[in-house]
This record gives sequence, C-alpha cells and structure tokens, in this order.
Amino acid sequence: MGLFFIKCEEAGHVCDKHQYEEASITEKIKLNIHLFYCSACRKHSATNKKLTSLLKNISLQFLSSEEKEQLKKTFEKELQKHQH
Amino acid sequence: MPKHFLNPNNWVDLYSDYLFNYTITRVNDRVIAQDLVSETFLAGLNAMKNFKGEAAERTWLISILKRKIIDYYRKINSNKGKAEVRMTYNDSDSEGDWLEERIADPFDRTAEDTIENEELAEAIQNCLSKLPKKQAEVFKKKTILNQETETISKELNITASNLWVIVHRARVALASCLEKNWF
Repeated sequence: MGLFFIKCEEAGHVCDKHQYEEASITEKIKLNIHLFYCSACRKHSATNKKLTSLLKNISLQFLSSEEKEQLKKTFEKELQKHQH
Repeated sequence: MPKHFLNPNNWVDLYSDYLFNYTITRVNDRVIAQDLVSETFLAGLNAMKNFKGEAAERTWLISILKRKIIDYYRKINSNKGKAEVRMTYNDSDSEGDWLEERIADPFDRTAEDTIENEELAEAIQNCLSKLPKKQAEVFKKKTILNQETETISKELNITASNLWVIVHRARVALASCLEKNWF
C-alpha cells in the first residue's frame, strides 16, 4: 500500500518537479493516484500548472550579473559625489 | 497616506530588473535599455530634492524612466518624412484585390496578444519583486533561465531538496499574488 500512496507533502514536491519535467514516471503515477482522492492537492496542482503556462507565455529578461555590476559601478560613483 | 522616502543605496538591487524589463519591452535592444535604466538612476539621484514623498520609490523611478523612453524615441524620430506608404494598384495584376487588404484580419491577434503578454510580464515582474531576495533569485534561475537543479545548488551552496522547498514557496507566493487578475 505504502508503495503507491503518498502524503500531500510529497505530492506537492512531485507536482513542482513535474512543472520542470523532472519527475520520473513512477513519481507521476504516484501523484496521479494521490490527486484521484485528494481535492486539496488537485486544486494546488491545477494552480501550479496554470502558473507554468503563464510563465511560458511571456519573455522576461533580466540583467546578467556582469551587466548589473556595471550598472552598480556607474551609479555608485555618482552616488558618492552626492553624499559629500 | 504614509510618506515615502528615497534610499538610493538599494536602487540597483531592488529595481534594476524591473526597470530593465519595462524598458526592453518598449525599446527592444539590450544595450539601449541598459543605458536608459542607468540614466534613470542618475537622473533620480539628481532630482532627489524634488521628491515629494507622494509616490512609492519605484513608481517615481518609473515615471522618470517613461520620460527617458519618450526622449529616446523623439531623438531617433527627428528625421521626419522618411516613412511613406506606397500603394500601387495601377497594374492589372493587383486589380480587384484591394478591398480585402484594407479590412482587419480577425484571425490576426498578434498585436493584442503582445499587449497582453507585456501586461502579464509586468505583473509577474511586480510579484517577483515582492518575494524575499533568495527566493526570487532561485526561482528566476530555475524557471526563467532554465538552469539545472544541480548547477543552481552548487552555485548557491544549497542542497537539492532545499532548492525545491524554495521553489515551492516562490511558486505558491507567485500564484497567490497573480491570482486576482490572471487566474
């Protein structure tokens, strides 16, 4: 029994992994069995899936750490002038 | 209403990603976007004495950035008269085609989609900026930069299960932050 029945905590973890396609096939089976009888996790799983699809729709761009460093350097030089 | 204060020491850490993303959806060029963000911070520094404390710091910076973006477009558009629409329906080949070309194509929703995606990107960016710094960092690396679990845990010196806990918390927080408008 314990082989296929998992707790909500583990189900949540597998669900997260699944969003990044890192869950194994056994984990996915266990998750689906759990979702069959647990409505709270079903709800969380749906929200989680929706979040993944929203994130796929957009292109967020971030500064690389070097670019940020550069920005910081320029700014801090100027900032020092202001604090004196 | 609470009075807001400026604290320029944190500006780059707190707002550079937000401002950068805001700019890049509008100018489409990383280098120019970077310059505009940098100029915004410097302009903010110089205008600090004009800050009345009515708006939050980020709103205030965004309003400066908007001016910078407008100025940028003004500058590159100063050579007027270059844009011209030509329609030639004089040759016999295209005769009779013109009516269809002038009505909107109901199946072409790309413009609307782009606007919606920009709004969503801003909403997500906004929610991301409310997360604790570490959570946001791990989440960005994992989800947006698509880095491997192993790479991230090595870089930040955390265990894999630790990473998953952080990712989980970030996802839950993000979902509830976005819930009102996007779910």
